[in-house]
Amino acid sequence: MKIEVRGLTKKFGSGTAVGDVSFVVHEGELLGLLGPSGSGKTTVLRLIAGLEIPTAGDIFIDGKRVNDLTVQERNIGFVFQHYALFKHLTVFDNIAFGLKIKKWSRRDIEQRVQELLALMSLEGLGGRYPHQLSGGQRQRVAIARALAPRPAVLLMDEPFGAVDAKVRQELREWLIRLHTDLNVTSLFVTHDQEEAMEVSGRIIVFSKGKLEQAGSPADVYEEPATEFVARFIGSMNIVEGVVRREQVQVGSLEFPAPGFPDGQKLQVGFRPYYLKVAEDPTRYRQQAKLRHIYFLGVAYRLEIETADGLILRSRMNKEEFRRCHFTVGQAVSFAVTHFRILPQEGATAAIGSETGTPITGPLTP
Amino acid sequence: MTSHMLLSLALRSAAMGYVLVLIFLPLAALAQQSVAAGLDRFTQDLSAPQAAAALWLTVETAAIATAINAVFGTLSALVLVRYEFPGRWLLNALVDLPFAIPTLVAGLMIAAIYGPTSLLGTWLQQGGMAVLYNQPSIILAMLFVTMPFTIRSLQPVLMGLERDQEEAAFTLGASPWMTFWKVTVPSVLPGLLTGVFLTFVRALGEFGSIVIVAGNIPMKTQVASVYVYGEIESYNPQAATSVSVLILLISFLVLLLLERLTRRPGERLPRLLQWMRGRDEGGNGSVVPTAAV
Repeated sequence: MKIEVRGLTKKFGSGTAVGDVSFVVHEGELLGLLGPSGSGKTTVLRLIAGLEIPTAGDIFIDGKRVNDLTVQERNIGFVFQHYALFKHLTVFDNIAFGLKIKKWSRRDIEQRVQELLALMSLEGLGGRYPHQLSGGQRQRVAIARALAPRPAVLLMDEPFGAVDAKVRQELREWLIRLHTDLNVTSLFVTHDQEEAMEVSGRIIVFSKGKLEQAGSPADVYEEPATEFVARFIGSMNIVEGVVRREQVQVGSLEFPAPGFPDGQKLQVGFRPYYLKVAEDPTRYRQQAKLRHIYFLGVAYRLEIETADGLILRSRMNKEEFRRCHFTVGQAVSFAVTHFRILPQEGATAAIGSETGTPITGPLTP
Repeated sequence: MTSHMLLSLALRSAAMGYVLVLIFLPLAALAQQSVAAGLDRFTQDLSAPQAAAALWLTVETAAIATAINAVFGTLSALVLVRYEFPGRWLLNALVDLPFAIPTLVAGLMIAAIYGPTSLLGTWLQQGGMAVLYNQPSIILAMLFVTMPFTIRSLQPVLMGLERDQEEAAFTLGASPWMTFWKVTVPSVLPGLLTGVFLTFVRALGEFGSIVIVAGNIPMKTQVASVYVYGEIESYNPQAATSVSVLILLISFLVLLLLERLTRRPGERLPRLLQWMRGRDEGGNGSVVPTAAV
């Protein structure tokens, strides 16, 4: 079932938690709401569920406006951040809770709960109490409980927030499989960009109660619509300079900026793996000093400082790193192979490369 | 033996000794006295019409007071924890007042409101519902002195109860009322039971306020504690002892039951809850084999 919000706004006292947000979750989609804590993403989820009343705006579930329906009437499944399992009930009774409320027959309840226990790999645990389960098991019980009454949509608040890193990875993969099997329209909230990238088909990025960008993980990563998105998603070097003769000047670095008037201040961003560093000072045109080497497990990160005092980060895979013999403090040369001119407030953005012809295109902010 | 072990032994002995001297020894002495004259005498004392009436009246009024305070104490605790309103701090401070003032004074206060000198008292009397020197005054006195128990045992558990469990029930279609019964009450049941049981045993033993308001008419408004006092005054310590021992026994059994019901949360309690929820819903859990933990 499709979810749509239009002009959704929520004010608490004098603060605005959510400001004029509109988006659509398509039927059968798994969509991630991504943003730092306090960005209003959880409030959006609670507004859709009916746990909060919007100050303005409309919410549609399956094409029907649900603003005036109570949380009980909206037919949603909600997974809480800390699961909120009923501590005094067994796993079986937790999952059966919604079915009993909806007056299912005892045989149907039994059948549905067993079906969900099997689906969630929780067989044999029906008689246990929540405190006797592991974090991952509790999370699956919470999802099973939310799914049991066959909700129109599934809403999840930081579904992997409360489990440790290793279990989190397993749960992500498991959730993707579950979603593929069940195909329930699902919306989840996370502050973890990696999690949002991996799990969702589409991402909506939030900051300070505003929608920053909506798109596929690749879109959001490769073509950030705003400076916030560029900084928040993945790691990015961001430098600022002034346009002179269609070039952004940042110290000794120059980035083509066709179409921009002289004197305009622009921000340029490039991912660390688009910053090539060589130990041979003559290999690339730009000169810098190697300040730090960080071992990241799968790769290395180099931190360099240019003569103008710019500090830039480069990412290098192990093979590449082994071919070179870097020592901290040595002089290196570098080049930026791809960059983006970051969109200004209300302006169009451009992507390009230092060598090739720049690609420009309007981006809806 | 290390100094740490010595310290631990000393602490344990001190704690045990304290309980022994303060509670167990007087208890044992009383119990010994009551059976010294033989068990026949004990049962005779208790079945004396005046003693039996006093005991029955005490249990009855204490039960009524407990039920009333369980309901209104729960409501008050909910309001104090969940709602912001002007004067909440004052209300919160007032709750402890019954603990702080002598119960005799509590009795005087009740007499002042419902007595013949007050408007309310006169009006009630004319309407044929005299409170003072009647059974309702006993219940009122018990309500007053036990009021803090339910509220104070529920407040911390209510504050500790995460709202998301209740919200989860809402998302699953449960009405606020259903959520209160199926989620809130079971979650705070240990606190509620503690409050209710303490209220009952405290009401059983109340003397100071009741002796002033009840009128103490034998067979009508004389409660057990007042009966005991009367027997001592009329040089009949044996009867006083027997009735005291029975009251003690009831209190002790109630406290034992409380201990048993609230111990080991999550293990003892659910069984109690299953019993409370009745047979229409019970038994579901047993369909699924319980794996050993």
